[in-house]
Amino acid sequence: MPTVKRYVRNVQLLELEHIATRLREEVINMLHQAGSGHSAGSLGTADIFTALYFDVMNIDPAHPLKPDRDRFVLSNGHICPIWYATLAYRGYFSKTELETLRKTGSKLQGHPHAASLPGVENSSGPLGQGLSLAIGMAMAAKMNGENHRIYCMTSDGELNEGQTWEAAMFAGTSQLSNITWIIDRNNIQIDGTTETIMPLEPLREKLESFNWYVIEIDGHNIEEIINSCNMSKAVTQRPTVIIAHTIPGKGVEFMQYKFSWHGKAPNESEAKDALKQLRSLDGRIGSEYE
Amino acid sequence: MPNANEKDKKSQRDGFGEALLELGETNPDVVVLTADLSESTRVQSFEKMYPQRFVQVGVAEQNMAGIASGLALSGKIPFMASFGIFSPGNNWLQVRTSICYSNANVKIIGTHAGLSASSDGATHQALEDIAITRVLPNLTVIVPADYHETKKAVKAASEHIGPIYIRLSRDSITPITEEKSDFNIGKAQILQEGDDITVIFCGPIGAGVMTAVNELKKDNDISCEVINCSTIKPLDEKTILGSVKKTGKVVTVEEHQVSGGLGGAVSELLSEKLPVKIVRVGVKDTFGESGKYDELLDKYGLSSEHIGKAIVTAYKETAHEQ
Repeated sequence: MPTVKRYVRNVQLLELEHIATRLREEVINMLHQAGSGHSAGSLGTADIFTALYFDVMNIDPAHPLKPDRDRFVLSNGHICPIWYATLAYRGYFSKTELETLRKTGSKLQGHPHAASLPGVENSSGPLGQGLSLAIGMAMAAKMNGENHRIYCMTSDGELNEGQTWEAAMFAGTSQLSNITWIIDRNNIQIDGTTETIMPLEPLREKLESFNWYVIEIDGHNIEEIINSCNMSKAVTQRPTVIIAHTIPGKGVEFMQYKFSWHGKAPNESEAKDALKQLRSLDGRIGSEYE
Repeated sequence: MPNANEKDKKSQRDGFGEALLELGETNPDVVVLTADLSESTRVQSFEKMYPQRFVQVGVAEQNMAGIASGLALSGKIPFMASFGIFSPGNNWLQVRTSICYSNANVKIIGTHAGLSASSDGATHQALEDIAITRVLPNLTVIVPADYHETKKAVKAASEHIGPIYIRLSRDSITPITEEKSDFNIGKAQILQEGDDITVIFCGPIGAGVMTAVNELKKDNDISCEVINCSTIKPLDEKTILGSVKKTGKVVTVEEHQVSGGLGGAVSELLSEKLPVKIVRVGVKDTFGESGKYDELLDKYGLSSEHIGKAIVTAYKETAHEQ
């Protein structure tokens, strides 16, 4: 039986990887049509969003506010294109809305606005604010005796913000074991690499010294993402932080590792090029742009 | 108006602490946060009585605003208390993004506002907080006049859905409103009717205003209509316009920078809907300093004598023009 299980698991993982690719394609389309936005982080976290929304979290798109849902807080609001794409593909709202990103009158704001869309429960943009929100939600859950979890994603560059450390210090000493904080460790920020602008290392040791349970993973390995999130559910007495090592711009060669793509959207030819490279398993998108 | 006995004096922060205790019993959703100022902001009694609904964040006002928002987004009614200079001073962008933009049901309580952080000096004197809060969409701004009104404002805030900033003073002052008088968010209260000039104030400076207008009545026979404008936003336009239509003359008084606060709000209203000359009493674009509260009020032009002089000036100047 283990062999069969393993086989089923592999099929599921292949499906998730396929979804992540579709989401990356969607992000390229959305950013190109919007004419501005943040490519690198959106592409780099597609696998994490896929794992959370298609496997890890207890959610129901048909009932986006069901009381026992797991909560998701996006702190680095600028990568919201991948969040919006994930929510649409998961069924929270119509995929046709995705093309309105950043346009006047759209529900898809350039940075997230709480309650503007089903599934979007926090506002963010100015960096460093999300972990505090997650703490408030986690405390409310504990006060109410509820068992749902709070997943919070931040970037690594935003760890420069002091508020992040206020929050990290608070949560680490408050037994908030219902928080899973995921850091998108892609090593870039607007002006350069994180280690040249404001070095974060040794990041793991810093977080451990704040009493967090730290897991480091390959942020593109969907199985590792799922396993680490599940592991965080078993940690008691303290919160868990997953340092997810990712490649900014993952999947599009000319964007990968380049901080210049942090806050830039692809133009027409760049978008075509990117979509060719991403080419979904069907090969459909690739041929469209030949 | 009750007799101004020394023993009647009560502080707004005590009113806040007492109202919170009552709310703790009647409303299980009320949660209290503070940033290492439990005793000073008078949330200590709530902390002792309801420790499971009390959050001590340490000296971290930005984190406090975020946690409060997270609690509110989960259905709680958080009251977050600190000195006004720190919150909404040190966490303004968190208040803007995490609270107001999300319309999170957070109650921001800023104590020691105005010059009442007296001997601590300019660093602790919140003289700009009304200006930075009344421009935020979704946020209601309340400056209660005294102990009684503070208790009512805190209770009203717990029943109002949406973010609110309540600005409080440190010192014990003479109450100028009655325990039983009505309080409604967005409604100004005419404390005293008069025909010659409208005097609009907010906060505990009202005690000085009442002293000044009583003397003006006696000595100069000027009949002042006194409006306690305890809600700065939304402004009670009807009451203000109604009074100014009658008197044609206006003085505003506040323990705040003369720009951007109550005087600013009233000026904006009148210049659009009923242009008249206005005299604004407030701190004149300067920082305060250490000293005794009464001495600072006098030095920075906010004693009852200064208020009286400003009213006479406004009365004479505008009378001359008419």
